[in-house]
Amino acid sequence: MPNSAVAIIAVEPGDNASAGQTQPSNLALSEILIAHRRTRQRRVALLLLGLAVFIGAAYKVGLNPLSMARGLEKLGGFLRSMVPPTAGGHFSELLYALGQTVAMAFVGTVLAAVIAIPLSFLGASNVVGVWPLRFVVRRLFDFVRGVDVLIWALIFVSAVGLTPFAGIMAIAIADGAVLAKVFSEIIEQIDNKQIEGVQSCGADRLTLLRWAYVPQILPLFLSNILYYFESNARSATILGVVGAGGLGYELSERMQLLLWDQVFMVVLMILAVVTLIDFASRVVRRQIA
Amino acid sequence: MSWSSLIEFEEVTRSKRARELISATGAVAVFIVLLALSARIGEVSPQALLDGASAAADYIGRMVPSLHFNTVGPDLKSWYWSAGTWLNALSDTILIAFLSTVIGFVIGAPLSFVASRNLTSGWAYFVVRRLLELIRTVPSLVYAMAFVLAFGLGATAGILAVALHSASSLGKLFSEVNETADGKTFEAVQSAGGGWFSVVRFALLPQVAPAYVSYTLLRFEKNIRSATIIGLVGAGGIGQELFVAIRSFQYQDVSAIVLMIICTVMVVDMTCDRARRLFT
Repeated sequence: MPNSAVAIIAVEPGDNASAGQTQPSNLALSEILIAHRRTRQRRVALLLLGLAVFIGAAYKVGLNPLSMARGLEKLGGFLRSMVPPTAGGHFSELLYALGQTVAMAFVGTVLAAVIAIPLSFLGASNVVGVWPLRFVVRRLFDFVRGVDVLIWALIFVSAVGLTPFAGIMAIAIADGAVLAKVFSEIIEQIDNKQIEGVQSCGADRLTLLRWAYVPQILPLFLSNILYYFESNARSATILGVVGAGGLGYELSERMQLLLWDQVFMVVLMILAVVTLIDFASRVVRRQIA
Repeated sequence: MSWSSLIEFEEVTRSKRARELISATGAVAVFIVLLALSARIGEVSPQALLDGASAAADYIGRMVPSLHFNTVGPDLKSWYWSAGTWLNALSDTILIAFLSTVIGFVIGAPLSFVASRNLTSGWAYFVVRRLLELIRTVPSLVYAMAFVLAFGLGATAGILAVALHSASSLGKLFSEVNETADGKTFEAVQSAGGGWFSVVRFALLPQVAPAYVSYTLLRFEKNIRSATIIGLVGAGGIGQELFVAIRSFQYQDVSAIVLMIICTVMVVDMTCDRARRLFT
């Protein structure tokens, strides 16, 4: 309603001649004007309140405009020294790191799926009738999901050392939980008629699984796994920052040494690998569907 | 139905099934080769997997705090021995997410008008659209690392990093929303003599405001997660405390901080979910 009032006034500003010809519309117009002024006052008050909260928050966390200006100057210098990008003679090393990033995402996603599939049956209400078990499994999924994959990577780096394997475990655990939740939702939504059909032919449990469950859930499982592979390729590029190998490791190393032209090269490689994997998984997904 | 057509059907089915079997076997073979290659590059072996699993189990075992029923109070106190510092860092994290969401919105929304085909045409549309897509492809942690070197350790770097990523993400999403807006209202404002700004203000914004609010709330949820991890590279908030705890092998501190993060994420997710439902 306020918006329509604003629109009327904006479209016919000061059109007094036509409005003044009839008494009732004149009265209505003044009423609209008062209402309009009131909404505007309310909006200004809200904006000021928001601004005050913003400034208070900025003050609390120490957002300093002065240091921001100085930092921007430094950042400009960084940007200038970024071009032209160069591998600095380590191109084969970077290429290997790129392969490592993709490998981390791939193995991590496969392990995540291996973890998720049995768990998802435990979390699906049409498979497991015991609700306390289901409840515990579901809360476990939520709990693991609440921790970012980078935090898992940092934990595993300190558990198994500086190796891409730490990144793989991080992806497997973090995404295992997410995939388990997604899978159990897929299992819950399958069509019961197909199960009954196979059952009516006298099938045992294994036959039932093969001919009633798998045909329904397999395409959805696969397309979700592919989707998470895409997203893992993105996160695998940065897992190296905490020491888990791959492009992220090369990136943080070069940044610490302020080798900005090489940093730019690594960033370009990250963009390339993300784009490539998006493309590849779109092709594979079209094959499945 | 004659016998010959039935036999023909059987034959067609059999050859089709054979072809399917071959292509499936091929796909599985390719998959296995890729997996073996990736495992080699990723330094994974069955032995490493077993060792890793036991190391992880060991790590998680050490993270569990010793809470006894009789002495629950003191036990909790010694688990959360540094609760004041952590709560302060956690509030910084929430504020970092809030500030960067606001900055991202203030920058992203105007840019989205330029990045919408139905509002802007020509090179400006193309340049801004591609720029938004490019900026949001780089993870916010990479920006945070660079900004820590430029702005020094602390929240300023983190806020700017998350804000930059938010601005590009929101700009892209908003521009997609703008392009689905009904063009008839644009024509109405234009026919009444309204210029570009009037079209945006009186024809576009009333249509897209609910979607904007919804996307911004979603972005805030994501920024809470980002704000917890940018601390790992020194950009302020609870991540910094977590980094110190993990690196100095203070297992119980790790579990205490992680639990705080999970609770915060859950509460924010639920609150935003409620709030979003009000607008859609």
